[in-house]
Amino acid sequence: MEFSRRETLALGLGAAALTMLPMRVMAAADDAIAAFTGGADMSDAGVTLDAPEIAENGNTVPVSVSAPGAVSILVLAAGNPTPGVAQFNFGEASGEQSASTRIRLAGTQDVIAIAKMADGSFAKASSTVKVTIGGCGG
Amino acid sequence: MADNVKPRVKAPKKAAAGEIIVLKTLISHAMESGQRKDSDGNKIPRSIINRFTCDINGKNAVDVTLEAAISTNPYFEFSAKIEEASELKFTWYDDDGSVYEDSKSVAIG
Amino acid sequence: MKIKALTAIAAIMFAGSVYADENAELVVNGDLEIVTKTAAPAHLSDVMDEVMSGWRFRSEGTQAMQMDDFDNPGMIFVDQAMDAWNTAEGSEGKSCASCHGDAEDSMAGVRAVYPKWNEAAGEVRTLAMQVNDCRENKMGAEKYGYTSDQMAAMEAMLSVQSRGLPVNVAIDGPAAATWEQGKELYYTRTGQLDLSCASCHEDNYGNMIRADHLSQGQINGFPAYRLKNAKLNTVHARFKGCVRDTRAETFKPGGAEFVALELYVASRGNGLSVEGPSVRN
Repeated sequence: MEFSRRETLALGLGAAALTMLPMRVMAAADDAIAAFTGGADMSDAGVTLDAPEIAENGNTVPVSVSAPGAVSILVLAAGNPTPGVAQFNFGEASGEQSASTRIRLAGTQDVIAIAKMADGSFAKASSTVKVTIGGCGG
Repeated sequence: MADNVKPRVKAPKKAAAGEIIVLKTLISHAMESGQRKDSDGNKIPRSIINRFTCDINGKNAVDVTLEAAISTNPYFEFSAKIEEASELKFTWYDDDGSVYEDSKSVAIG
Repeated sequence: MKIKALTAIAAIMFAGSVYADENAELVVNGDLEIVTKTAAPAHLSDVMDEVMSGWRFRSEGTQAMQMDDFDNPGMIFVDQAMDAWNTAEGSEGKSCASCHGDAEDSMAGVRAVYPKWNEAAGEVRTLAMQVNDCRENKMGAEKYGYTSDQMAAMEAMLSVQSRGLPVNVAIDGPAAATWEQGKELYYTRTGQLDLSCASCHEDNYGNMIRADHLSQGQINGFPAYRLKNAKLNTVHARFKGCVRDTRAETFKPGGAEFVALELYVASRGNGLSVEGPSVRN
């Protein structure tokens, strides 16, 4: 497959538009994170996020979060029209501080989990989920 | 109240004292996101379940805030620690003010 | 330009596709073994050796949702239909249970043999037609819409009573003419894209159509809970979607053409287990 100069340029512009567009929505996710953490630093360890590398359909994507000792876990989808997904608050009768659910993703994007620990510290994990576009609308 | 809302809960009937049990819940609900438009181009208003809680003998195990990105027919899997014979209470709160409830008993043994 | 770019993008996307182990086996709730791959029925011996359920073409995550009845969202609607089964409706004050008793007993094995010749009516009938015949003529109740949520739920509940049993629709005797008509439709190209059912589901199963992994188009798993629209989908609604995707005017759900096509497509899965409600993308 060979591309002419013009085609390559067009593809490049398309790719640039694709990478730039999410910047605006990322800002909404950043705001949501700041509201949850109050701007505190986040550790890379302490919370795990399980999400598929590729989702067969963005309408129902299984995700799991786990953060032993957390009081709450915030889940965000940075590329959705609004980034909020869910916030799990764990009470005194909770077992392991983990939960699974099924979420909507508007397209390929990062899913983010932020845990608030009992000592007031925060931990963050994120995972890119590719959302495929089905061949058949059927 | 939204039509045909029906909760399902899966919990063990028995647990050892101090055991951590796995709970699963599923409820039928459209979870209308507020992002869709009808055939005339008008925005369909948001109508979702916005909160789900599970209490064990009155003590909270999990309290979830749901946003519009939770899929239709919301599903949750989580765990709870059982110290004694327990009444498990599950509650879903709808945007329209409806409250859906289910309960289970777990015996010690 | 457009096509080249699309192809380039498609190539990138396919490179990352993860599909489940082709040898995975479906066991529901840890004890109900489902046949998702078996020798093709005799009438297909010229075109394929093995028939496979759509379950085998899905990703691991989607497959897993069908391995436990609690994780399968289609089961909520089975519960709803069980309530409907026991609820009296219509002018006769009867429920399904008034005549048929416990669905677990009376409906075991029924889904597996439908569509089926009905001697009194002198036609091949789908399960949905039979449900509506009962509603209209025995209960004096309103018919369900052919592809309505209520019908899909009732079909799912009836499927559960046959889950694990082999699909075994009769294609000979009085059903033969309808079966031939269905076969004819299966191989007839339609629409601006000029595709027949066979173009995708016989000649190209296992290949990708853009980002979608083409299955054999078996219907042993219907009604199917699709992640795409988060509800139970009936066979005729799926047929309609497929025909529409060839950019053709579709036949009417519940109409003679789709009834014949359902019989034929069901017969291509003779030997696979009844699976409904399945989970698909």
